[in-house]
Amino acid sequence: MAKQVTLIINGQELTVPEGITILEAARRAGVYIPTLCYDPELTLWGGCRLCIVEVRGWKKLPSSCITPVRQGMVVETESPAVRHARRTLIELLLANHPEDCLACERTGACTLQDLAYRYGVRQSSFTGKRRNYTIENGNPFIVRDMNKCILCGLCVRVCSEIVGRSVIDFTNKGFFSKVTPPMDLPLEKSDCVFCGNCISVCPVGAITGKPMWGQGRRWEIRKVHTVCPYCGTGCSFDLNVKENRVIGVTSNPEAPVNGRWLCIKGRFGFGFIHHRERLQMPLVRDPFLFSKVTWDRAISLAAAKLKEIKAAYGPDAIGVLASARCTNEENYLLNKFARAVLGTNNIDHCARLCHSPTVAGLAAAFGSGAATNTLAEISGADFLLVIGSNTTETHPVVAIQIQKALRRGAMLVVVDPRKTEIASRANYHLQIKAGTDVALLNALSSVILSENWWDQEFVKTRTEGFEAFKKVVEQYPPEAAAITTGIPAETIREVARCYAHAKRAIILYTMGVTQHTCGTNNVLAIANLAMLCGHVGKESCGIYPLRGQNNVQGACDMGALPDQLPGYQRLDDPKVRAKFETAWNTLLPEKPGLTAPEMFEAAAEGRIKAMYIVGENPILTEADSSLVKKALEKLEFLLVQDLFITETANYAHVVLPAASFAEKEGTFTNTERRIQRVRQAIPPVGSAKPDGEIVCLLAQAMGYPMRYSSPAEVMAEIANLTPIYGGVSYAHLEKEGLFWPCPTPGHPGTKILHQKQFLRGKGRFHPVDFVPPDEQPDKKYPFLLLTGRYLAHYHTGSMTRRTPLGFYQETSLEMNPRDAARLGIGCGDRVQVTSRRGTIKITATTNENLPVGVVFATFHSAKSPVNLLVGSVRDPVAKIPGLKGVAVRIEKAR
Amino acid sequence: MDKCCTRCQHTPATPCRDYVICRREGPLCHDDEICRQKRQGVLTRITARPGSGQQKVVVCGGLNCGAAGAFNLINAFRTGVVNQKLDEKVQVTLSGCMGFCEQGPIVTIEPDRTFYRGVSEEDVPEIINLHLKNNQVVERLLYRHPETGAFCQTYDEIPFYRQQTKVVLEHCGFINPEDIAEYVAVGGYRALTKALTEMSPEEVLAEVKKSGLRGRGGAGFPTGRKWEVARRVPGKKRYVICNANESAPGSFMDQTVLEGNPHLVLEGMLLCAYAVGSDEGYIYVRAEFPLAVRRLHLAIAQAQRFGLLGENILNSGMNFRIHIHEGVGGFVCGESTALVATLEGNRSIPRVKVPHLAEKGLFGCPTVINNVETLANVPKIVLNGSAWFAAIGTEKSKGTKIFALSGKVQNRGLVEVPMGITLRDLIFTIGGGVKEGKRFKAVQVGGPCGGCLPEDMLDFPVDYDSLAGTGVTMGSGSIVVMDEDDCMVNLARFFLNFMERESCGKCTPCREGTTRVLEILDRITNGEGNLSDIPLLEYLGGVIKTTSFCNLGTLAPNPVLTTLSFFRSEYLKHIQDKRCPAGECLALCQFTIITEKCAGCGACRYLCPAQAISGEKKKPHRIDPDVCIRCGRCFEICKYQAVKRR
Repeated sequence: MAKQVTLIINGQELTVPEGITILEAARRAGVYIPTLCYDPELTLWGGCRLCIVEVRGWKKLPSSCITPVRQGMVVETESPAVRHARRTLIELLLANHPEDCLACERTGACTLQDLAYRYGVRQSSFTGKRRNYTIENGNPFIVRDMNKCILCGLCVRVCSEIVGRSVIDFTNKGFFSKVTPPMDLPLEKSDCVFCGNCISVCPVGAITGKPMWGQGRRWEIRKVHTVCPYCGTGCSFDLNVKENRVIGVTSNPEAPVNGRWLCIKGRFGFGFIHHRERLQMPLVRDPFLFSKVTWDRAISLAAAKLKEIKAAYGPDAIGVLASARCTNEENYLLNKFARAVLGTNNIDHCARLCHSPTVAGLAAAFGSGAATNTLAEISGADFLLVIGSNTTETHPVVAIQIQKALRRGAMLVVVDPRKTEIASRANYHLQIKAGTDVALLNALSSVILSENWWDQEFVKTRTEGFEAFKKVVEQYPPEAAAITTGIPAETIREVARCYAHAKRAIILYTMGVTQHTCGTNNVLAIANLAMLCGHVGKESCGIYPLRGQNNVQGACDMGALPDQLPGYQRLDDPKVRAKFETAWNTLLPEKPGLTAPEMFEAAAEGRIKAMYIVGENPILTEADSSLVKKALEKLEFLLVQDLFITETANYAHVVLPAASFAEKEGTFTNTERRIQRVRQAIPPVGSAKPDGEIVCLLAQAMGYPMRYSSPAEVMAEIANLTPIYGGVSYAHLEKEGLFWPCPTPGHPGTKILHQKQFLRGKGRFHPVDFVPPDEQPDKKYPFLLLTGRYLAHYHTGSMTRRTPLGFYQETSLEMNPRDAARLGIGCGDRVQVTSRRGTIKITATTNENLPVGVVFATFHSAKSPVNLLVGSVRDPVAKIPGLKGVAVRIEKAR
Repeated sequence: MDKCCTRCQHTPATPCRDYVICRREGPLCHDDEICRQKRQGVLTRITARPGSGQQKVVVCGGLNCGAAGAFNLINAFRTGVVNQKLDEKVQVTLSGCMGFCEQGPIVTIEPDRTFYRGVSEEDVPEIINLHLKNNQVVERLLYRHPETGAFCQTYDEIPFYRQQTKVVLEHCGFINPEDIAEYVAVGGYRALTKALTEMSPEEVLAEVKKSGLRGRGGAGFPTGRKWEVARRVPGKKRYVICNANESAPGSFMDQTVLEGNPHLVLEGMLLCAYAVGSDEGYIYVRAEFPLAVRRLHLAIAQAQRFGLLGENILNSGMNFRIHIHEGVGGFVCGESTALVATLEGNRSIPRVKVPHLAEKGLFGCPTVINNVETLANVPKIVLNGSAWFAAIGTEKSKGTKIFALSGKVQNRGLVEVPMGITLRDLIFTIGGGVKEGKRFKAVQVGGPCGGCLPEDMLDFPVDYDSLAGTGVTMGSGSIVVMDEDDCMVNLARFFLNFMERESCGKCTPCREGTTRVLEILDRITNGEGNLSDIPLLEYLGGVIKTTSFCNLGTLAPNPVLTTLSFFRSEYLKHIQDKRCPAGECLALCQFTIITEKCAGCGACRYLCPAQAISGEKKKPHRIDPDVCIRCGRCFEICKYQAVKRR
């Protein structure tokens, strides 16, 4: 324990640890000291001077935020001298600050305004020159009015210390100091990624969010704390609601995962909620056009059609696609609907396309396919291995945790064929040849084995299958791997050494690992490496498969999988089946169902006749989309449930309008297994209904009683049937959510998995061999296409394209400038990309961060459906297609 | 400094610990005639001892003399000496500043100690012919005693020099700063040799601590204590930084030391590095001191060449490298944390000082930052012992201090005196009083961060602590003397203008406050002030003083606050009577023509942009006060001093 010192603040005697500041001591004692530039999460600055206090015997008035406490100090925080100085400082700030509080966006939440009120400053005693800058509002996200800036530097520090980008800094000096991007460029021409975290710290109206301009005063706004609907990080924020409209998003320091920090999508991606294209009524296809109908008619029509097909072709002629965008409760109901009402196990969702190898691989090795530790622990790691993850774009708030670790001095190694932003921050960037991950991972294990750096105790007591693994791995010396992967043997050795010797080492991975035809093997090789060094089951250690969508973890947990019941309970376990059959009062189908790609194959072949697709857009997301199109065209009945008429909905016979995340109650489970409450902010738009309600209506119409008074009741049923959710209730989730497994009511949840033993008992080593990717560039198709995501867009863009986010990034084919020059292609040219499956047209841009011979495109745009090019060869276990790595040919479009 | 004979083995790669001593006292490993002769030859040439028959012409190469034409003098002397075939007997060399800048360009002749002032190229043949050839003094170039009027033949007779105690400046102005051999010939690097061979780092540290040396940059922090902290903090890497970012108007002490004796500073850094265990140092020097930068580069290159910097210095196992970092041009860069920030490549903004730089400084390593003058004292302390040093100066302020005398003082220049000398002695005895017989009005001590004192405060001793009660600090030691023609409000405005422009913009009081203070002073000097401005200035100044982040802000209001307390009546006259008593604030001046003095030349009438002046040729002119725009051009142009400005 640190040494304690005793001091007196405002006559109150305090004993505090040595080394803390006067401000911290005062705050502990509940004494208010005003600050403008202080933030506990940022480095100390001490520039605003408002936190000055009087210390007996000191000549100056020290600023309390940077002055450490000393034994016997006598501090006055509101003495006449202090109040006088504070008043003068506020006057000085106001003398150079526009007095337009009446029209200022920040009124009511402005610290300067509050302080002027507190210290009774009506107007400044000082006149004279003022700054006169033009207001910068050339982008749809952030308005910068530098006339109001008080130069506290919080935004500068957030940008460099938290976000790690340093887009803005001070320029000029003295009176003319100004915070700007380099060269005083507007933000949109700088490297800014519009995360808006500067907005969340600005104490005055200098940096504000544009969407909320003129929309409402602080006191008119109702704030509803809920979870972000985009990626799997599980950030939460406050939806700002005025008169039943969502007018903006503000971050909430209480948010358990992210605190105040958000990304561009979270902060600015809410515009789709009230978009004019939102479906407000159910639609039914008249021969050619959709016509609006009542709910009764739409539901009875859909129910009749499904019943008819079930009767005619059997239940397995129907397929259900659940949604990683919907709540846990809704996925549970969908799973129940498929199994109990329709009587089929043909239920799957888009996790098939992202982390199915994780669910399969990690479950085989550890007994659970989820992240082993919490996101907060990332910042405590000493070594981070990021494989195939463009973290700063796909999980920006996780990247903030990585940045925290880096600031602490952690080592970062990034494995990626592209030089992404996170790779540019790394100590080592291993620019691997796409698809050769197993060779690299085995080589790392091989070095660690041959140098005897492995954790023998851990391997002996906690794992099994080591000998077989050792035999295989020994065949991968780094020199051989260097040829396969393109990474120097020396680097492999160094990285292996650092990983093995790190106290707390973390592996993060995403689609670069899983979206291969050898995806499961990749995951197994990662698990092997972690077990070999004993980096599992401890704080700030472990493996993080960063999940893609907001509730993809939950959708898997809820049994939206063809072979597993909720909570990963085995379909073939008679006890489990009996439990569900009793609870659901029906018999369950025994045969495992079809995976999503298999369903489309079956539909194309005519084995599946009807599909119920909830909140998914497979026509853009599934590999080999021409096959998907063919399948959808062939269906006798297609029921789609979504917010908008998506590309898939165009093929539907009935479209049901669903409510968005802001319009319903429920829970999402994020990538760290944290179950969090989603809260309703506004009533559903138009006559849209929450997905869960719609499922219930359908079930009722089909003659199965499915009635719940609220999602909480659904959760109670889930808890009853699913051991890992056993102790979950809404009351229990209220504050910070819960980490599953949470087996019993009152259980605090499990932050770290596999602590004493692996969920499956002993961790299992799986020897995996490197198999070259089956799709390789050749003469005819000389380029390797990698698909991926951009920061500002989300998947098929059905939501983000209906917000201003497209301003920031548009889909294009990125290629190395040397390749572009060789082909005579310039930035902005239209090119034609052809694979063995088909051809798309797309705009080309150059990006020197790509290796020669590799091109990159996102699948966000319906105009350039990149997945048309991807093959249907799949991983044998997880059935994931090889989305990373398609051989293509590029020509200039005519 | 080259090898004396083939037996000398010393190179940077094969260092010899006795190398420096050998240069003066003879090789310790052997003693043969050739070496002895060669060494004696070098020493005689460099030091030009009396009776040796050698003469040395020393031309002041300081910036002031250089600007007055001294750099051309050297060439003139050299060609003259060669033409007269005196080059066997006479050495012509450049030196650092001799301090008496008022009298430049200065040339001294050794060993006669003759002091010639105001030498121009035309005087060179005369000096060569009369003095060098025939040993006759050129009387008209000698300095005359201001009181007796007698010629002062040697510099020892000049009161300006006689009253000084030169410690740091001992060799400045005598040796050639561009030649390491001259520095070694006068005993340079002996302190380093002594430390490396006879003392442990702890002993060096103890000696510096005992000496009572305090930082000469202005703050007066005990140097030994700073070093001790840096030494104590665990860590592999430590840095020594020499702060040579001297930027205040009126200070040129550090610049002079660097230009006049750069090796002294290098030796000081080496000793500091030895004491704290550092192997890398930086000299943060203003880019606006090109001569100092050039001489430092030269000095470092020479020291490296002879193995006094680099690896395994003098076979002691000590390594030390020095980098020169040219400043980015800002007063605030001299603030230690801002200096470290710029060295790291960041913006020059002062940082939070917890923990202190000595614990966590440059790149997170323990770092000692000392001012040029502080480091220049160290070799003397190590060589002569702390007791010798502590005997100079006062109880709490030991040693000497260099002051830069400027303004309306007779003997402008650089003086080194023991701490504790009174301002009166400094200005009247050494400085020779106010110029042109005018009345002394005030003295600005410590530059823009210091304050202004009136005549009745002149008996205060100048040291770190005595002045504190007056609100004035000694600062880095600039002394600007003002006479009756100087307006105190305008003076405060001048310094505030400097401080406002040099504020980095980090903290509110300094950034916004200095601007407002300057605006109020602008108003007052423009005749737009009102009585409430005075309390406003006082309370705003007080807030800036007590709440600013770094010392730049803390000290910024000093010129205003001190003039307000000592010369309040002048402010009142500006505000109430709309009159500037000193006649410096043009907007408040009345220009009139004194009829008796006006010759009617018409120069002013011709120049007046407002056509406010009328009069016939050869008859007294007059100025129409209603038309006059108070530009002051008539005042400047009048040859007869017939235009009165009041």
